[in-house]
Amino acid sequence: MSALEIRQVRKDFGATRVLKDVSLSIDSGEFLILVGPSGCGKSTLMNAIAGLEPVTAGEILIAGEDVTWRTPAERDIAMVFQSYALYPSMTVRQNIAFGLEMRKVPKAEREAAVERVADLLQISPLLDRKPSQLSGGQRQRVAMGRALAREPKIYLFDEPLSNLDAKLRVEMRTEIKKLHQRLGTTIVYVTHDQIEAMTLADRIAVMRDGHILQLGTPEEVYNDPVDMFVAGFMGSPSMNFIQATLEGDAGAYRLAIETPESPRLVLPWPAARETPAMADAVGGRAVLGLRPEHFSEEDLRLGDRAEGTLLAAKVTVAEPTGADILLRLPLGDGEVTARVGPKASIAAGEWIELRVDMSRAVLFSPDSERRLA
Amino acid sequence: MVTTTLGDGTGSAASRRTPAARLQDWLPRLVVAPSFAISLFFVYGFMLWTFVLSLTNSRMLPQYDFIGFAQYARLMENERWWVASTNLAIFGGLFVVICLVIGAGLAILLDQRIRQEGVLRTIYLYPMALSLIVTGVVWKWLLNPSLGIEAMVQGWGFESFQFDWLVDSDMAIYTLVLAAVWQASGFVMAMFLAGLRGIDDNIIKAAQLDGASLPRVYWRVVLPCLRPVVFSAVMILAHIAIKSFDLVMALTGGGPGYATDLPATFMYVHAFTRAQIGLGSASAMLMLGAVLAILVPYLFSELRGRKHG
Repeated sequence: MSALEIRQVRKDFGATRVLKDVSLSIDSGEFLILVGPSGCGKSTLMNAIAGLEPVTAGEILIAGEDVTWRTPAERDIAMVFQSYALYPSMTVRQNIAFGLEMRKVPKAEREAAVERVADLLQISPLLDRKPSQLSGGQRQRVAMGRALAREPKIYLFDEPLSNLDAKLRVEMRTEIKKLHQRLGTTIVYVTHDQIEAMTLADRIAVMRDGHILQLGTPEEVYNDPVDMFVAGFMGSPSMNFIQATLEGDAGAYRLAIETPESPRLVLPWPAARETPAMADAVGGRAVLGLRPEHFSEEDLRLGDRAEGTLLAAKVTVAEPTGADILLRLPLGDGEVTARVGPKASIAAGEWIELRVDMSRAVLFSPDSERRLA
Repeated sequence: MVTTTLGDGTGSAASRRTPAARLQDWLPRLVVAPSFAISLFFVYGFMLWTFVLSLTNSRMLPQYDFIGFAQYARLMENERWWVASTNLAIFGGLFVVICLVIGAGLAILLDQRIRQEGVLRTIYLYPMALSLIVTGVVWKWLLNPSLGIEAMVQGWGFESFQFDWLVDSDMAIYTLVLAAVWQASGFVMAMFLAGLRGIDDNIIKAAQLDGASLPRVYWRVVLPCLRPVVFSAVMILAHIAIKSFDLVMALTGGGPGYATDLPATFMYVHAFTRAQIGLGSASAMLMLGAVLAILVPYLFSELRGRKHG
């Protein structure tokens, strides 16, 4: 039985439809991340799950029970807010215990729960402070503690790390992951940060304009995106989209890329990754999607020229990030980003030979932006 | 060049400064000085003078035969003073509490994202724009048994209806509360509304998820956040209550008899119309003492609490 099931949920604000028949099912213990640009409806969906926004149509089931018209309190859900939303007039201890107090849990049990949570999140020394006396990271921990104290059926996290600085965000990300592994809780987590989504999720739901475009494991969403939006949204630096013409026949499709200066580049499409849809698109335009890591520096020592296609280009910008170097290269009518190893000593203006790994490339139709192959 | 700095550094630095720079230093003090001097003289000076007068047996005009605290002793034996003091306790207490309750209630209701909020807010706030004299006169007519509400309801046919608090010496003090609450609660509402707007909506959502019902959310979570607002509101309402002189004069004139006398009207009557300046001054000093006795501990606890809170 799924911990949370959303069936055809629709939400209108006046004439605007913010959620367009969203359906979703989450297993017990699963970590699901809703990701998408701002205004895609992910926060509205979360509020609908929490019961903070009534839905216009559809059903929400928690542990098999229809809770569509129940109040937030009756749904047995805990939520961590982006702004933390700690009760300013209460101490950390009272903040954590408030939910239990409202549910008439005896005092001794409440205190035990506070101690347990405080140990778990290492906030024991802060228990008697007021939220205004805490740093951002500490408030974040308290907000999580408040959610954890009650042991609800589902945890909702609404962009919980957005207000933290970069270093703390990475730390807390790891901590949330550890907590989830330890406690095995069901979590729905909203973020617009695709790295958070990739690192934390069991499954990712990519949303746009009130739809779920793709629901899958981080690997699926990253390697096998359904359309150009998902492909471009996940991954940083994002996927390169190259305008090309699809040529050839089944078994020997080729992608021809017109390059202004040099002769046109022809990339053979691996036969193993052909789809029936490609047959109809032959002779027409197609968009080739290549991630920066699908380019690799040509290593002459290996000499396995059989695999991949060689590409020579003049580097326009080289950005060393430490771990690797990002190169901007002209290709087709635009520029692409390639990620190469840090040993390459390349400066702008130099020519480089790169191997393109076509076995991981994806192909989109330029009109519908959907996947061709 | 080195030797000059070895001397009295500050003195030589100051003497080398241009007049403009010196003016710049003194300008804030110069600007504040007149109002400082004026308030020193007219507020604290007159306070002191009143205290001096309260120790004399001045009657029609100030004179300086000191008779110690005899005026205070007379005051303690004056029944009218006790009526006025009790009235102030009733009036002030009810006025402050009812205004806070109504103001907070209206603000919470108005904060529920309702339509036409701006219009409603203005309507509720408007009474504050009237002078207390106007309020007093309006309510005097409304409460007049032969003109106002009683006459109207009786005119509808409910002959036995009675609403004659204004002329009932036991109830007249409550008409003052009624009029003053009508005037000030909209203002308190505006203060609370501003406070509520400053509260993160997510706090209310979080409390709802934690299982609190809406009344409990407000009582346990939101209102405690509004402590500074309550503090300001109590300050303002308390001083309105204590200086309520015009309202009493317009609405009841202290009557029936002296049933609705407040210390302020008592002081005025004795000092200026009954030629008892000494007694009036003594009552004024007691009012000041009462105000300080209430406000100082409250101010102290609030301001200290906030520093640590």
